[in-house]
Parts: sequence; C-alpha cells; structure tokens
Amino acid sequence: MAEQAVKKKKKTKPPVTESLLAPGHRACAGCGEALGAKLVMDAAGPNTYVTTCTGCLEVFSTPYPESAWKMPWIHSLFENSSAVAAGIEAALIAQGRDKDVNIIAQGGDGGTADIGIGCLSGMLERGHNILYVCYDNEAYMNTGVQRSGLTPFDARTSTTPVGKRSMGNQTNKKNLPEIAAAHGIPYSATATVGYPNDVIRKVQKALKIKGPKFLQIHVPCPLGWIHPTDQTIEVAKLAVLTGLIPIFEMEDGKLTRVRKIGKNRKPVEEYLKAQGRFRHLFKGTPEAEAELEKVRQIAEANIEKYGLA
Amino acid sequence: MAIPKGTIVEPGSSKKNKTGSWRTERPVFKHDTCTDCRICVLICPDGIIFGSDHVYDADFDYCKGCGMCATECPVDDIDMVPEVK
Ligand SMILES: Cc1ncc(C[n+]2csc(CCOP(=O)(O)OP(=O)(O)O)c2C)c(N)n1
Ligand code: SF4
Ligand code: SF4
Ligand SMILES: [Mg+2]
Repeated sequence: MAEQAVKKKKKTKPPVTESLLAPGHRACAGCGEALGAKLVMDAAGPNTYVTTCTGCLEVFSTPYPESAWKMPWIHSLFENSSAVAAGIEAALIAQGRDKDVNIIAQGGDGGTADIGIGCLSGMLERGHNILYVCYDNEAYMNTGVQRSGLTPFDARTSTTPVGKRSMGNQTNKKNLPEIAAAHGIPYSATATVGYPNDVIRKVQKALKIKGPKFLQIHVPCPLGWIHPTDQTIEVAKLAVLTGLIPIFEMEDGKLTRVRKIGKNRKPVEEYLKAQGRFRHLFKGTPEAEAELEKVRQIAEANIEKYGLA
Repeated sequence: MAIPKGTIVEPGSSKKNKTGSWRTERPVFKHDTCTDCRICVLICPDGIIFGSDHVYDADFDYCKGCGMCATECPVDDIDMVPEVK
C-alpha cells in the first residue's frame, strides 16, 4: 500500500485551480456553451478583454448584479459584439495599453451568423487584432429554440416545427468560417467541445496571430437538441465522426488542417438518433427515409470537400 | 441592494449563487482506479471539479449533477447516484 502511494506520488499534478469563468452561473446542467466558454477563457488567460452579445452565454453568466467573468467583460447589444470589441481595441491603442492583452468578442450562432454578421464583417475587414468566437448551438436558444442560419438540415426548432407537411428546417448550415476566411483574414477555424484540447490549442494559436481571427465552436445544447445532460461530449463527437460537422483550420484563406475521421467514421443515424430534434426522421416512412438520405449526402459532401476520410 | 457605481459588478460574483440545489443526482468519485487524466476537470461545464494526485471531487455547492464527468471518465471511477434527503 505504502509502495503504491509512493508510485502514485511520482505522477502528482498541481492542484486544480478555479476557472476564469466562475461557477454559480445559470447555464443548464450539461450546457456545451458553458463548457466552450470555460475552455476559451482558461486558454486565453486573465489578460483578456471580453465582449459578449445577448444570448444564453450572456444571460446565464451575468444575472444583475452578479458576474461569472473574472476578467474585464462587457455585454453588447445582440448584433454588435464585434463592433464593441473594435472600440475596446481603439481605446486601448489610444491609451498605449494594447500590448500583451487579448481581445475576444463572443456571440451565439444567431448573434453571429444572422443579426451580427454585418458588424462581424466590418471587424474582419478593418483588420482589428481581435479573436471572434461564435458558440454554435444551432438555434436561438435563449429565446426558445428558434431557427438560425446555422441550424442544420431537418432539425426541429420552434420556428421549423415538424408535422404532416414539414420535416423541420429545410436549409443547410451557412458556411460562416469560410465567409470569415473570404475576408482575407489570417485565421478562421472550427472546433467542438467534443475535443476540448483542440479548442484550447486553437484559441492559443489564434491569439498569437496579429489581426482578425474567427473561431466557431460546436456546442451541444441538451435543452434545444433534446439529449440527456451527460451526453454533451458524446453528441459533439458524433457530429464530427459522422462528417456532419467538419473541423478545420484556414490560414490566409487556404485550408491548412482538418480533423480526419478515417476508420472511425460513424453513420449519420448514430448522431441523429441521439437527439430528440431529429426524432421525426426515424418514423420508418418513405418520407423520413428520403430525408435521412439527404442528411447522408450532406455528410458525404463534407467528407469529400474537406478531405476528412 | 448596494450596487457599485454604474453597472460594474464584482468579477466572479456569480459564486454567491449556489447551483448545487438544482441537483437530482450526484457524482460519487470512487478514488479507486483514477489515472489522474483530468478529463473530468477539463470537461465539467461549471468548472467545479477540483483535486490533485488521483483524488478528485466535485464542489457540491455548485455541482448541477449533469453526469458528464461520470460518462466521460475513461476508467469508470465516477458513479452517479440519486440525491436522497
Ligand atoms: C435586437 C434584438 N433582437 C432580439 C433580441 C432577443 N434575443 C435575445 S437572445 C436571442 C437569441 C440568441 O441566440 P444565439 O445568438 O444563437 O445565442 P444562444 O442563446 O443560442 O446561445 C434573441 C433573439 C435581442 N436581445 N435584441
Ligand atoms: S438553453 Fe442550451 S445553450 Fe442555453 S444555457 Fe441551456 S443548455 Fe446552455
Ligand atoms: S476522469 Fe476519471 S480517471 Fe480521469 S481524473 Fe477524473 S476520476 Fe480520474
Ligand atoms: Mg444559438
């Protein structure tokens, strides 16, 4: 026993210290967005200014007069997280305080891909030294799961209901990382909380690059996607392993790195079956089977396009 | 309620809110087969798993009982058990 204790002692790691996103926040149990934000903040470190637009992340972290953030943080409007961050950068430059600090602008998929895309485009175009992080939970969760430009094909949301005449959302995810990359920015990437160390690596890599950076993190939402709270990581991994969520990096507009799936590839059904928002695809009717085939084709196209095989 | 000037509030002050009361199941860290991998620490969305040297535990003032740590622990050293009064 004593011998074993000595043996274990060799591998001792320092005690875990508190995250820069403090507990007590009101995110649902198992929230992927809370995990994503925790990973981003701890990867960036305390010398970071943060803006967050309206959405779950802002609401659950700052019920007035409390804040979960342990660094300077500001709530912007729904549409202008990136513009407020640009203002912070300008102020820091004017005061000569812009050295050795990070600026991170954040928003949900609705706040980023839809209402905030104009401000985001301006931020990317003007060349600010800011990392924009989009937490993609694939709908407007904070207001009750309305469809966004990043909601996937066939997903049930409150504005794309399922019924006799509807199989859910009939559009594909807008390719926001490529839209960002098309601005000629040095770094645009996707990541997922299913692979947390990759999130940390990408945040740290992005923050070392001068200029505008864009990172879209896939973050399961147990409430909106309808899956058990302990399955957040499993669902996130399946999204990648089925080919439905490609994980890649683009530098100066060129694809430079992808997360290969290879032999670990899973049928799309495994990902879809894990979530209530796709339950209508498993009715066994010819219509449902036809929809499943379309989802298989989306995965196939991603695998081909990004060379994930 | 004393509110500081403007709408600036204290960093990390969400800790006043003890989310542990939400829990219907609690993770029991068995401290048996733990390999010190720290996956549970890394993936806890509330950042409330602490410890070192093969001994980890959740801070039950805040643990919401999501069960992610128990599902992801590669050596099954965490069990979820119902909260009973
Ligand atoms: C201009 C404006 N329109 C609408 C709203 C209402 N609103 C607040 S949060 C939200 C949804 C946020 O969705 P998303 O950006 O995807 O973030 P999530 O809550 O999913 O993390 C909406 C519509 C608002 N605050 N401001
Ligand atoms: S609704 Fe979804 S994104 Fe919002 S706090 Fe709950 S789990 Fe997180
Ligand atoms: S996940 Fe399991 S093995 Fe890894 S540190 Fe936590 S308890 Fe130990
Ligand atoms: Mg959203």
